[in-house]
Amino acid sequence: MDKKMTEAQKLHVKCAWQDLTEGLTITDAANSVEFETGLWTTVKPTFHPEKCKQCLLCAPACPDSCIPVKDCKRGEFDLAHCKGCGICVASCPFGAITMEVDA
Amino acid sequence: MEETKRRVQLSGNEAVATALRQINPDVFPAFPITPSTEIPQYFSNYVANGLVDTEFIPVESEHSSMSAAIGASAAGARSLTATSSCGLALMWEELHVAASNRLPLALALVCRALSGPININCDHSDSMGARDCGWIQIYAEDNQEAYDNMVQAYRISEHPDVRLPIMICQDGFITSHAVMDMELLPDKAVKDFVGEYEPERYLLNENGTMALGPYAITDYYMEARRAQAQGILNAKKVILDVARDFEKISGRKYGLFEEYRMEDAEFAMVLIGSAAGTAKDAVDKMRESGKKVGLIKIRVFRPFPAEELAAALSKVRGIAIMDRSESFSSNGGPIGSELTQALYHARSQAFTVNYMYGLGGRDLQVIHVEEIFEELMALAAKGDPKDSVSYRYVGLRDIADPDHKQISYLCKPENTEQA
Repeated sequence: MDKKMTEAQKLHVKCAWQDLTEGLTITDAANSVEFETGLWTTVKPTFHPEKCKQCLLCAPACPDSCIPVKDCKRGEFDLAHCKGCGICVASCPFGAITMEVDA
Repeated sequence: MEETKRRVQLSGNEAVATALRQINPDVFPAFPITPSTEIPQYFSNYVANGLVDTEFIPVESEHSSMSAAIGASAAGARSLTATSSCGLALMWEELHVAASNRLPLALALVCRALSGPININCDHSDSMGARDCGWIQIYAEDNQEAYDNMVQAYRISEHPDVRLPIMICQDGFITSHAVMDMELLPDKAVKDFVGEYEPERYLLNENGTMALGPYAITDYYMEARRAQAQGILNAKKVILDVARDFEKISGRKYGLFEEYRMEDAEFAMVLIGSAAGTAKDAVDKMRESGKKVGLIKIRVFRPFPAEELAAALSKVRGIAIMDRSESFSSNGGPIGSELTQALYHARSQAFTVNYMYGLGGRDLQVIHVEEIFEELMALAAKGDPKDSVSYRYVGLRDIADPDHKQISYLCKPENTEQA
């Protein structure tokens, strides 16, 4: 294992049992971003920028912080962590987000 | 405190409590239950008298005592608790939590029958019920061994190759309350032997963060269990290493099991716990009349010394496997199951008979042991000991045998068997 990897990164989903920490303890803090949980879902939100007014109602509604905001504008979804709950779709007044089956 | 070994007369409970005083653990949560109550009772006196600086926590149940011991261990403390019977049953969930989180805490278990019928006396239905919880289990024949095992406990469980909780078991009332002449090590010798507990990862580490016991989905659970199994696989060597070190300070030798007059033995009895004392007397008596019988007393049941036991039994013709707990499998008791598996893997040609004895505190007497050996010899003489495929009860009242002429009774559906 690469020593530069954080403990959480070593605990990736394909790791061997020997790579696990003892008792599955995790000593890195604030590491949820390193656990890619986007594969859990079968649907994914799709952003339609042409309909978006940048009202930013969607960004704080996301329970997994998967809608990045930069310079007062939202960007593309972070699908590596989106679990497909659809709350963002409900929060958008302009139909700028739709839920699609993740092929 | 005294600096030399000294002879004392202690009950098994006081012997274990004394070992704990010498170890001076950090945290001891406890809830009373017969016959283990005296251990925390003695210990709370030590706390009150300033002999230890342990945090003693009286809790409201055994579920809580084990939870608190786990919490303390996770926080970085050397912790333990004591219990018996239903107390252990109430800890069942936490026993798994302690082991899977690799927390090296100790449990002083005083073995007692589980309900029902409700009974406060010795058998192994509590400890054997907890045999698959991931704990190391070490059993004592007498008070000296209970004390010695307790002194060795933390060195085994805290070892980096093991890091698993450890159950130090003794027989309820038979050793826990009977007073025996025994030897105590000097306080300093125990302190030096056990050493300070310096965990690498613990929740109250001010220099680092830590999350303990995370949810593990299907992608991780098998790997986590396999990693945990490595601890118990490694434990055998560590137990033997610690025993060797212990011999240096005590002069007393311990292994995974004790072989008693097994050289040239044709028939052997295998058992756990205090009944070994009785069985040794029977073996001595039979040896005097030229019968080639021997005894193996299992000390370490988890990890199970399968290969070692099969090797020690490789020369015998017949084996009486003695279980002090019903597992209601219809196929015998836990020691019977595990040992016959070990013998099968070793391609043993010996026949085995699995005997239930001593349930709920029923005495196993010298005469019973002699009769069991006679029964083994009679089965061997028949040439086809087919009864060995089932299991039998010793010292039972059976309607078909009002005068108690039979030694043991075969367990099978619609039991009508005589002799």
